[in-house]
Amino acid sequence: MASPHSSPRGKAIEVEHLETQYGSRKVLKNVSLAVDDGEIMVVMGGSGSGKSTLMRAILGLQRPTAGTIRVLGEDIAGLGTRKMAALRRRFGVAFQGGALFSSMTVGDNIMLPLREHSDLDERTMEIMARIKLEVVNLAGFENLMPSELSGGMLKRAAFARAIIMDPKILFCDEPSAGLDPVVSSTIDDLILRLREAMDMTVVVVTHDLDSAFKIADRITILDEGRILFVGTPDEVRAQKNQRIQDLLNRRPPEEALDPEAYLRRLTGESPSGEPVS
Amino acid sequence: MQKTESATALARTLERIGRACVAGVEEVGTWAAVLGEATFWTVAGRAFGQPVRMAAVFREMMDIGIRAIPIIAVMSATIGVMLAIQGIYTLRIFGAEWSVTIGIALSMTREFAPMITGILVAGRSGSALAARVGTMKINQEIDALDVMGINPVRFLVAPALIALLVMVPALTFLADVTGLLAAGLYVRSALDISLPAYWQQIFEFLNLNHLVHGLGKSFIFAVLIGLIGIVNGSSVSGGAEGVGRVTTRAVVQAISAIIVTDMFFAFVVTR
Repeated sequence: MASPHSSPRGKAIEVEHLETQYGSRKVLKNVSLAVDDGEIMVVMGGSGSGKSTLMRAILGLQRPTAGTIRVLGEDIAGLGTRKMAALRRRFGVAFQGGALFSSMTVGDNIMLPLREHSDLDERTMEIMARIKLEVVNLAGFENLMPSELSGGMLKRAAFARAIIMDPKILFCDEPSAGLDPVVSSTIDDLILRLREAMDMTVVVVTHDLDSAFKIADRITILDEGRILFVGTPDEVRAQKNQRIQDLLNRRPPEEALDPEAYLRRLTGESPSGEPVS
Repeated sequence: MQKTESATALARTLERIGRACVAGVEEVGTWAAVLGEATFWTVAGRAFGQPVRMAAVFREMMDIGIRAIPIIAVMSATIGVMLAIQGIYTLRIFGAEWSVTIGIALSMTREFAPMITGILVAGRSGSALAARVGTMKINQEIDALDVMGINPVRFLVAPALIALLVMVPALTFLADVTGLLAAGLYVRSALDISLPAYWQQIFEFLNLNHLVHGLGKSFIFAVLIGLIGIVNGSSVSGGAEGVGRVTTRAVVQAISAIIVTDMFFAFVVTR
């Protein structure tokens, strides 16, 4: 288990009073969260808890309705195209399915950020790509196409692409989704190793409990768009809150019985009397 | 009771029509936005450290243009022969089959070459563009580009649009030449005139205006094919099935847009 960082550090990410919505449905409700420099923050929650939305908002892929997001000290709402692109070069993102470009080889995928953002010559870029492939234990796979890789290898290749620019913050979306427990555990080790080697801040969004407790310095628990709890894995375990215990023990939450809401759902009408879409 | 029911039915229908209209206007608005953004990156990309890569443009040109040459040549030759057959058949009624060349020259360059090229490119490349953008969106590859600080419009859309703008008129010109040539070969055997005489007649009637009329249209078709493919692709939802749906939609929309635009263009320009 990772120990929490005790030294006082700056904040890599600060989210304040964040609200987002899809149409009229609110996804995140007044979410405030700070991630320290160099820590591994795991954002947990069930499906539909808003954890992916929170990550998309921090990455600037989705505009929030209200609230501010500061990443590496910059308020992302106020950034122009050029500054946003510059900020994003300091991110690395490993997407859930890898999101490798299927028309390029693994090596070209990993070199793409270098090709686009640097003036390095081809040879240097190839060497850098190989270094990163070594880091994720995929040495020698640079000439394969993404479709020729297994699920775990795809994720590791995605990690290699995410760290090619030596980012300050690494985001991982559901790193263990779709993997068997053994492979998923090697991905966890990889995340820990990357943090040690490159001194990055890591934000992991997952619903995998084992993985969360293994890698997290701190855990944020999201539930129905609200932050339920933020703390170290030990603090999370010690929590008495029913929802948290339900989550830890994989119990489905008890549905609160609200006859009026039930009737409204059946008749298909929202509280204001309009049909819900 | 019945009255209120029919009133709600009417209201629902009106609402549906209204929504469809708004969605349509929104879609055309998206075309404009995509076109504007692609133009912006093509012109100003270098200043923002994100130039449109020539290598990407050439790759697209190869796909959209060079690889389409065989099918365009065969189809335009077929249409040329078809025009000659029908032209001679029709004009024979008046005993004027010798003037078939004027019909071939004008209809091929003004109408059939740009139209058949547009339709074929829409079917080959418009659909491919929609499928590619759609698949990339589903696989989060577009998001990946965004978070790498690579603008997806600059990286994906601009090269395809530039390639279309160059290659569709070029292919149209190729269709002009092969169509006229194939028609000439048929006319030669049917009316027993020599090929040089045929060409001489063609150039007697054909001037730059007719060629420019056809090529001008093909520019518009190129923009339509690109924008419709990309906007449909980026509006994908619902996995692999969704990609199939937007691909079909892109082809149908692009071909319809080409035919309707063709008519309007002809109406405005020839009057």
